[in-house]
Amino acid sequence: MNVIIKKNITALILISGLIFTSCDLDETQEVATLDNLVMQDEFDVDGAPNPGMWNYEIGDGTAQGIPGWGNNELQYYTDRPENVKVENGMLVLTAREELFEGSSYTSARITTQNLFEQKYGRFEARIRLPWGKGIWPAFWLLGNDCDQNPWPNCGEIDIMEYLGNSPTVVFGSVHGPGYNGGDSVSKEYGIEDGRFDTDFHVFGIEWSPNRINYYVDDELYQSITPESIAEDAQESIEDSELSNAGDWVFNRPFYIIINMAVGGDLPGPPNAQTVFPQTMLVDYVRVYN
Amino acid sequence: MKNIKLFKLRNTIIAGLLLVITYGCDRDLTDDIVDATFPSTADVFIDNPVGLTDEFFESFDPAEGYNTEDTFEVVDDEAYEGTSSIRIDVPSPDNPNGFLAGGIFRDRGTGRDLTSYDALTFWAKATTTATLASVGFGADFDEDKFTVVRSDVQLNTNWTKYIIPIPDASKLVQERGLFSFIAAPFDVLGDGPNGNEIGWTLWIDEIRYEALGTLGQSRPRIYNGADLVEETFTGSSFQVTPLTYTANLPTGIDATVTPAFSYFTFESSNPSVASVSESGEVFVLGDGTATITATLANNQAEGSLQINAAGAFVNAPDPTEPAANVISIYSDSYTGVNGLNVGAFNNADINIQTQTFDSNGHIVYENLEFVGMSWDGTIDVSGMTHVHLDVQLTSPGSTLIVELIDFGPDNTDNGLVGTDGSAGGFNATSQLMEGDWVGIDIPLNAFTLPTGGGGAGNPNLNNMGYVVLVSNGGSVLVDNVYFYNQ
Repeated sequence: MNVIIKKNITALILISGLIFTSCDLDETQEVATLDNLVMQDEFDVDGAPNPGMWNYEIGDGTAQGIPGWGNNELQYYTDRPENVKVENGMLVLTAREELFEGSSYTSARITTQNLFEQKYGRFEARIRLPWGKGIWPAFWLLGNDCDQNPWPNCGEIDIMEYLGNSPTVVFGSVHGPGYNGGDSVSKEYGIEDGRFDTDFHVFGIEWSPNRINYYVDDELYQSITPESIAEDAQESIEDSELSNAGDWVFNRPFYIIINMAVGGDLPGPPNAQTVFPQTMLVDYVRVYN
Repeated sequence: MKNIKLFKLRNTIIAGLLLVITYGCDRDLTDDIVDATFPSTADVFIDNPVGLTDEFFESFDPAEGYNTEDTFEVVDDEAYEGTSSIRIDVPSPDNPNGFLAGGIFRDRGTGRDLTSYDALTFWAKATTTATLASVGFGADFDEDKFTVVRSDVQLNTNWTKYIIPIPDASKLVQERGLFSFIAAPFDVLGDGPNGNEIGWTLWIDEIRYEALGTLGQSRPRIYNGADLVEETFTGSSFQVTPLTYTANLPTGIDATVTPAFSYFTFESSNPSVASVSESGEVFVLGDGTATITATLANNQAEGSLQINAAGAFVNAPDPTEPAANVISIYSDSYTGVNGLNVGAFNNADINIQTQTFDSNGHIVYENLEFVGMSWDGTIDVSGMTHVHLDVQLTSPGSTLIVELIDFGPDNTDNGLVGTDGSAGGFNATSQLMEGDWVGIDIPLNAFTLPTGGGGAGNPNLNNMGYVVLVSNGGSVLVDNVYFYNQ
C-alpha cells in the first residue's frame, strides 16, 4: 500500500519538478525522451574495470602533451587497483596523497575512447562524490576527433563537475570554439536538503541534434542550444578571432570520461582539512538512444 | 496549510506522505515514526522567545565573572529577519558587575523532542570580528547530560548564519537546554588575558533547530583521533579526553563541537585488564593489554587508547622519620606546608601530573628543565639537618640538580642578585636509578653549587621559599620531599 502511494508521489514530483523548472525555458523546447538502452556498465564484476569498455589514461598529462592535464592538476593517474577498481557493485576511483612518479597525489581517469562512442542520446551515471578542498571529480564527454581537430574544436560536454569544498553544488558545461575554459557555457545545480558526497545521485544529459538537457536525478536544470551558446558566450565569441567561434560542435560521436582530479586551476590545491584517501563511487553508467 | 492540518491528525501514514512530499523521492519512509511524547518545537527565538522560561535568559554563575546586569536585551532596532533580535553587550574586563556574558535558554515545559533535527542554527553579527567563546545547547542547570559546545566561533560584522551540528539527535528525546553561549572581552592585540581587552556587542537572531540534510562526513573522535599507547600499572585510571565531533557544513567547512560523554559509548577490548565507565573513565584492573575505543551513533570514533599494564605500581617507601623532626613539603605521610604548588615556575613544555596508587600520590615531571615548588610564605629550616626526596628516573640519561632558594629576611621573592635572597644547588645525578625509587638525603650544608637563577651556593635556611629541580629535559617521579633533623 505504502509502496504504491510512494510511486504515485514520485511520479507527481517528477512532473511538478519538470513544470517547475521549465518556467524559464523556451515553450517549444525539445525534451528528448530516449529509453532504448544501448550501453551499460553496472560494475557488477569485482576487479579491474571491464577492458572491453574502459581504457586508462595514465600519467600527469606530460605524455599526452598537456602537463597537469591542461589545468595544472597535481595528480598522477594510474591503473593500479589502489586508484581504480570495481568492488561490491561499484566502480571505485580513489585519490591518494602519496609521492608517485614525481607527483604528490595519485588518482585515476578512465575513458571509453575507441570502445564506446556515440552521437546523441541519454548519458547518465549514478555517483556518490568525494569531498574536500582540491578534489575535482567529473563525468564528461569528449569529441572523438580531438586527435585531428584539437580541443576545443572537437567539443567537450561536461555532464557533471563538482568541487569537493562545495558539497551541495554540481555544474554542467559545454566547451567549444570561442566558448571554453573560463568562458564555457555552464550552469550550477545546488541541492537544498542533501549533499553529493553522502548519497548517490544520477547525473545525466539528454543530447539531441540541437539541444543538450542537463539533469540531476529527475530534475532538469539546464538546456543548452546553439542559440543559448550564442547568447551566453556572446562576448567571448565576438572577441574570438576564430572563424568558427560559437559553432555547435556537438554533431559527431563523443566518448565518456570519468576521472577525479586533485588540485588544478579550478579547485585550487587541497588544504590541511582535506582528508585522503578520497573515493568516488559509480554505481552505473548507462547510455540510451 | 493543508499539510499542517493533516499533521495534527498524527496519523503515521500521513506523516510519512508528508515526508515524501517535503523531501522528494530519494528518501525512504522511516519505519519508526512514533508519536513524540514531548513537543518538537523547532523555534527558540524568532522575534520573541518561543516556549522558553519566563526568565528567558538565565545567566551562568556571577561568582565566576558572569555579568547579569549589563549584558542581555531584546532590541527592535536591529534584526536579521522580522522585527527584533537579541543584543548582547560583552563587558569590558574591569566591569564591576562581571566581565563575561553568558547563559542558557531553557524550555519552559519539561523539554522538547529534538530527534528530528540535525543542527541548531542562528544568525549573528557583531560590532567587530570578535570570537564567541562558546555556543551550543544542552546545558540545563540540571544534569547537563547532552551538552554540545562549539568553541571560538568567529563572528562577522554582517549577518551570518552559524550551524551547530547535533552529534546524535536520537539522544535528544527530552531536551530542556535549548541554547547556551559565553562571550568574553575581545582580546584585540591577541596577547592573552591581561586587562587590555575591550567590550563589544553582538546580535543574535533566528535561533532554531533544523533538519538541514546538508551536513555530512561526521567524524566522532576521542584523543583528537590519535591512537595513544600508555605504559601503566594496575590501579591507575585515565579519563578519555578530549571528545569531539566534526561535521562538514554545506559551505564545505568543517565544524568541530565538543559533545558531552553521554553521546559516546565506550568499549574496552579486554575488560579484565581495563574497564571503562559510561563517562569515559578508564580503570586499569590487571596485567596485559586493552584498547579503549568509542562509538557515537554507531559510528566508530577515530582515536584510541591502548593500555599496557605491567603489575602494580611500586610506591616510594614510606618515610620513617618521626613527624616531630620533619617539615614536609610533599608527602602522604606528613602534614605538609600550606598552599603547595608543585609547578610554581617551570620550562614551557614541561608536563606535570600527579598520580595516585593505593592512596599514595607522587608527582610526575616530564620534559623537565626546571621546576619550582612553592608554598604560602616561607619556612624556617635552620633547625633541620637534611632534605629528603624520593626520586625514580623514568628516562635514561637524565640529570637532576636540587636547588634551595631562601628569600632572606624580607620574606620576598625579589631575585638573587643584589638582594637578601640566597640559593645553592646539589647534583644528585649519580644517585639516580632508572625504574627504581631512590631515597636521596642531602645535608643542608651540601648545597654548594651556584644556581641558574644567580645564587652563589650555601643558601640561608631561615626563610626557605622554593625547592627547585633542574634537569636536562629528563623525566622523573618525585615523592616525599621534606626537611628533617637527624
